[in-house]
Amino acid sequence: MAMTSAVPRELTGELRGFREVQRLAYDCAEAVAAQLGPGVTEREAARMQREWLRRRGVRDWFHLPFAWFGDRTAFAGFRVPLQFFPTGRRLEAGMPFILDMAPVHRGFTADIGYSGCLGPNPLHDRLMADLAEHRELILREVRERRPLREIYEDVDRLMVRQGHANRHRAYPFGVIAHKVGRVRERRWSPHVFGFGTQALKGLASDALHGHREGWSPLWSPYRFSDHPPRPGLWAVEPHLGFRGTGAKFEELLVVTDSRDPEESAFWLDDDLPHVRRTQEERAA
Amino acid sequence: MSENAGNGAGLKGARERRVRTGGVELCVAELGDASLPTVVLVHGYPDSKEVWSEVAERLRDRFHVVLYDVRGHGRSTAPKPLRGGFTLEKLTDDFLAVADAVSPDAPVHLVGHDWGSVQAWEFATVARTEGRIASFTSISGPSLDHMAMWFRKRAGRPTPRRVAQMLGQSARSWYVYALHTPGLPEAAWRGPLGKQWPKLIARLEKLPLSGYPTPSLPSDAAHGAWLYRDNIRARLRRPRTDAYAHAPVQLITPTGDAYLSERLYDDLEQWAPGLVRRNLAAKHWVPRTRPDQVAAWIAEFALARQEGPRAAETAPASPYARWFAGRLVLVTGAASGIGRATAFAFAEAGARVVAVDRDPGGVVRTAEMARLVGAPEAWGECTDVSDEAAMEKLAAKVAAEYGVVDVLVNNAGIAVAGSFMDTPAEDWRKVLDVNLWGVIHGCRLFGKQMAERGQGGHIVNTASAAAFQPSRSLPAYSTSKAAVLMLSECLRAELAGQGIGVSAICPGIVNTAITGAARFAGASEEEQQRLRTKAGRAYGRRNYPPEKVAEAVLRAVVRNQAVVPVTPEAHGLRFMSRFAPWAQRALARIEPPL
Repeated sequence: MAMTSAVPRELTGELRGFREVQRLAYDCAEAVAAQLGPGVTEREAARMQREWLRRRGVRDWFHLPFAWFGDRTAFAGFRVPLQFFPTGRRLEAGMPFILDMAPVHRGFTADIGYSGCLGPNPLHDRLMADLAEHRELILREVRERRPLREIYEDVDRLMVRQGHANRHRAYPFGVIAHKVGRVRERRWSPHVFGFGTQALKGLASDALHGHREGWSPLWSPYRFSDHPPRPGLWAVEPHLGFRGTGAKFEELLVVTDSRDPEESAFWLDDDLPHVRRTQEERAA
Repeated sequence: MSENAGNGAGLKGARERRVRTGGVELCVAELGDASLPTVVLVHGYPDSKEVWSEVAERLRDRFHVVLYDVRGHGRSTAPKPLRGGFTLEKLTDDFLAVADAVSPDAPVHLVGHDWGSVQAWEFATVARTEGRIASFTSISGPSLDHMAMWFRKRAGRPTPRRVAQMLGQSARSWYVYALHTPGLPEAAWRGPLGKQWPKLIARLEKLPLSGYPTPSLPSDAAHGAWLYRDNIRARLRRPRTDAYAHAPVQLITPTGDAYLSERLYDDLEQWAPGLVRRNLAAKHWVPRTRPDQVAAWIAEFALARQEGPRAAETAPASPYARWFAGRLVLVTGAASGIGRATAFAFAEAGARVVAVDRDPGGVVRTAEMARLVGAPEAWGECTDVSDEAAMEKLAAKVAAEYGVVDVLVNNAGIAVAGSFMDTPAEDWRKVLDVNLWGVIHGCRLFGKQMAERGQGGHIVNTASAAAFQPSRSLPAYSTSKAAVLMLSECLRAELAGQGIGVSAICPGIVNTAITGAARFAGASEEEQQRLRTKAGRAYGRRNYPPEKVAEAVLRAVVRNQAVVPVTPEAHGLRFMSRFAPWAQRALARIEPPL
């Protein structure tokens, strides 16, 4: 269970690198979230994230920071991928928001999602509590080595039981997760449509290998995800929508080929804002 | 004029006093504890204060209810001479005199219907009443100033739509022109019209025959003609351009009103910031025909303002809030899919929701989430709709604890697939028990409560596109849904006279949990599981969200639609069933690739 793995785990140097950049990204999210106030636009929030991370040495991205406010957190009325990009939507009191960023730092990639709310919103609290169940479900079933497509469907079923809509289906290929890896550091790191070319190259090469070997770096509801979890790092991003309110988390899941279930899969870091929040709620 | 002595028809236990002002004596009736917040109800034309008797009865335990006969009406005396005695300025004097007499220290909650609302708009917008009005609920009576500005705005740039709006309202105002004829209206009212009026409005306006109008009607109506003659021309010619409300306003609009166009209120937010809108599917005399809902909205609006302006400003944002705020909605099959989405959609519009399903965890969850999205109250009831005794118990409980249901959504349904020859009798019984008998029990029990209350309502039954598309693979399901469709149409005919609408919703392929619980007749257990998964994935790929069906349900209630296909395939099949049934028969023969 996710809650029991709070014991600090000895990480290899590589995993430590990934954890550091994930921490950095979550620090950025918390710092930016603290600065958000009424009237701030999505574009401004995205720029704040970008500048905060650039000041700390981030030069390349898996994807550029996103920010969604209000009913855009539930991707209301999204039809084309361009709608994911930040708009001039202004934050108001009580509005939910999501910050999503994927910085590459010293060659390590993180991809995180941070959900928050400007002021109290009991519905948003409910969604965050419901997300915690998905975090546990995903880890449990990955450890059971269930095919990714089936896990996806179990997450779907849990969402239906909770009364939510599956909003990660709106992501490209409807993915709930995707693989991330190390990225070569280059002096020039261009991006197309918000995605870093280096990271895309990694994903494409994974996709090619996977295609030959019968797996995919994209964890989707489709047949190409009908295989057991593949060792590596997966950025898992279940996204709930309930009418005009959406919430997600995104963090790295480590999958290994160990036979010990505890070691076969674990969340890279259990000291993250949404995890602490759940622990506090359960302790209360 | 004085035949109506005593306590007045329907105003039992009222305390009466006479208030002298500007040469007339007003008859004022009071109900309820005088220490409670005061509500002043102002009647219209041709009415007397007794028009409010049903509403006053429902408010008296929470408010100090005050009613008065407008000058020249009921048991108030008429000014002499009549001409020039009914101007809005003089009516404002009357109101202030009554307010000072019944509530000298605290501002009052003002409610007006018809001409009472026209006057009350004047009260709520002139400077000298500032601080005397805590809130204002307007029913079927616009401000003459706003109306003049409305006409001017449209005449200033007469686009075809604006011209149509002006002509529409002008046609509805035929009686206003008639009342300007000298002498004739008085003669008619004191003669045949006055005699026939109670029967006339009972038939045309569906007023229940309950001792209203009062016997003073002929003289009320004859005097009241001067309300029009003294004010209409003067105000339409020279409107006040500063008629901004200084109190919060709630506007209740009966959408079937034969005298006032809904369009009249289009620009009202400009005059009354923070306006709260409420719509009722009813005719003009809502204080008589819909007293429950009118009283509930008056009370809710007044009490929220009583607690302070802040508490009142968290209005639900749904465009349907004006229709469903505070209304009681019962949804069966509300633990998942279309039922749950419908419950949430009504909750978002501010309705009170009863979620019914046989899955106890699911309904509790639905009720909890419904409260989070805006339902003031929501309950989960675990009941099997196919169980007659359980449904009777539920109906009794709902009526006793939550009230009479305003909107009933019979949605619970199960799916059985497989050819007719493969479907065992047990499966037939199951599918008919839930899909058809569930609807019958719902309509019989809750529909009866609605009809007995006599204040309208709406029933929505979830049929299916399978109701008009035969198929070799869904005989049991299609049969049950076709029965629901026909039942809805029959019931619609039966209940139309009582202001109760019935709609059948016919969704096509919608992404819900119905496939996960479907029975595939004639298949082994593991085959069942495989087919369910496969069907589930196909429905997932179609990915038509139940929220859109829920939206269609709300729209169907608002528009009182009879049959509502949802999803393009349902529209297509319905079209085919009308114009190309042969094509449907050909389609029915195809075996689906499962």
